[in-house]
Amino acid sequence: MSTLEITDLHVSVNTEDGPKPILNGVTLTIKDGETHAIMGPNGSGKSTLAYSIAGHPKYTVTGGTVTLDGEDVLAMSVDERARAGLFLAMQYPVEVPGVSVSNFLRTAKTAIDGESPKLRTWVKDVNNALQALDLDPTFASRSVNEGFSGGEKKRHEIAQLELLDPKVAVLDETDSGLDIDALKIVSEGVNRFASKGNKGVLLITHYTRVLRYIKPDFVHVFVAGRIAEQGGAELADQLEAEGYDKYTSALR
Amino acid sequence: MTVTDVARESVASALEQAPVVSHLNPLPSYDLADHPVPTGREEVWRFTPIKRLRGILDGEPSDARLEWDTSVPEGIEISTITAEQARELGELPPNERPAALAVARSGGAALIDVPAELAPGEPLVIRLTGASVDDLVWGHLVFRIGNHADVTIVLLHSGSARYCATTSFLVGDGARVNVVSLQDWADDAVHLGRDAIRVGRDASVKHTSVSFGGDVVRMHANVEYAAPGGEAELLGLYFADAGQHLEHRLFADHNQPRTKSNVAYKGALQGQGAHTVWIGNVLIRKVAEGIETYEENRNLVLTDGCQADSVPNLEIETGEIAGAGHASATARLDDEQLFYLRSRGVSDVEARRLVLHGFFNDLIRKVGVPSLEGRLTQTVEVELAKTVLAGVPLGASLILPVEEVAD
Repeated sequence: MSTLEITDLHVSVNTEDGPKPILNGVTLTIKDGETHAIMGPNGSGKSTLAYSIAGHPKYTVTGGTVTLDGEDVLAMSVDERARAGLFLAMQYPVEVPGVSVSNFLRTAKTAIDGESPKLRTWVKDVNNALQALDLDPTFASRSVNEGFSGGEKKRHEIAQLELLDPKVAVLDETDSGLDIDALKIVSEGVNRFASKGNKGVLLITHYTRVLRYIKPDFVHVFVAGRIAEQGGAELADQLEAEGYDKYTSALR
Repeated sequence: MTVTDVARESVASALEQAPVVSHLNPLPSYDLADHPVPTGREEVWRFTPIKRLRGILDGEPSDARLEWDTSVPEGIEISTITAEQARELGELPPNERPAALAVARSGGAALIDVPAELAPGEPLVIRLTGASVDDLVWGHLVFRIGNHADVTIVLLHSGSARYCATTSFLVGDGARVNVVSLQDWADDAVHLGRDAIRVGRDASVKHTSVSFGGDVVRMHANVEYAAPGGEAELLGLYFADAGQHLEHRLFADHNQPRTKSNVAYKGALQGQGAHTVWIGNVLIRKVAEGIETYEENRNLVLTDGCQADSVPNLEIETGEIAGAGHASATARLDDEQLFYLRSRGVSDVEARRLVLHGFFNDLIRKVGVPSLEGRLTQTVEVELAKTVLAGVPLGASLILPVEEVAD
């Protein structure tokens, strides 16, 4: 079993004018087998939550805790968090020129597992993962994210999710910028991952559209750096009908 | 036509008759009197630590030689010619003092003759080894590549010396030439080199300069075109350690229409006093209509205390060109790249290694000499082991866990 537990998390972003608070006490528990959707307007701190969990140096945790199966995530370095079983699918995946996708995937898999994958099965696994996301096998010889279309970048993130097989996946606006076909392909990938069992999914999104393909067990409305309301999948329908207005207007 | 236009026309036509119109490079000449001993304030010398050249520029005569070890494919002949004969073959005259000295003091040149239409499968390899930095060595090499020949030439420099050489490549029509010059000297060596290439009609030349070793290495790569349609790709790779001065100067002289030049140099610096210089000069003469040129220099600064100078210069005397551009960037390792890799479980050290290998791999693949690729990759690995893989802190590029940042 695996549980990601976020308790009263306060985070500031480092700016030129000094630290600026973004998260103001986030509490959230993701148990295995659960898919949580975090929805909220732009600037509500959704991505900050994702990056803080992954350990991006731009963000400073000023209070609260994050644990994975009781282990202190905040005490871990970025790569230790990944090896502990956390995965962040990024909204804007980074280009790494000259490093091929296949080299990158093998290096990451070796780091996560602590040993090199068996060559024969690995090549097959990579090809299957790419194929499942409708990515051409020649994709493996391209430089990581370099010259990828927006959709290719997102599909590549989900291919990594399937190959690296973490305990908890944080998906930061993986659905944004995708056309409907790509959205279906990416959603199927996430569903395959979630259906393995014992997996937690934290799906961060701006739109309800993706929730037609990925069914959340819980929906959290994120406003001004904290969770303003939570409920089941029906909360997403309500948001679709009413928007975020009632939450944001309460702040004005 | 206005008065100003007339004046500009007459200046332009006067310039067009001059042997070289560039403001960037001294006039070519074999006469040493035209190349006085530099003070260090000259534009072409201002980046170079002249005192560390150990008196090479004084031009004392010397009979010392580098040891030659060659792998020569069948059909290629090596002989000796006089400096006058080299000049008659049509090499580019020296455009600075070291090249003029190399011609004047070498007492003749080695002529490497690649006959027309010869296409050996194996590269021509010349290993040049110096015995001691006490040796002052003058060198003059002339490669004559016949029409439609297809050849790869590898020059490997190692050991130690104070070596000053000019190397000419006279490339015939339609020929394809791939030149790699590797400067893998011992720590105390000084090397002043000029590779001067004349590109024949529709010929295509790739020239790669790789500098890892030596105390001071200053390499010039010059390209001129004998006729329209020639192409030159000038590549470079360098890695400067503490105290090292590695300088690469390019000059692509588009003196013929519909010619191309493409320049890409990549370097890394690490350690106190590591200094690299890249000067990319491109001249597009009035006659050179329809040409295409692009030059690019990228430097990665791995530690504090390094200096990377990078100066692209583009002189354009005709508006009728297909394309001209340049780019230069000097930066530390990219934090976002490292974060991305580390977020996939890859350790900090391994992430840096991947990013750096990627940085150089792009270029190493372009060199196009499979037998050298392994050696280049390995040398990069050895260089990286000194800092990146040794866990030496890399200043601002180091990503710390969030809590440590908070402290």
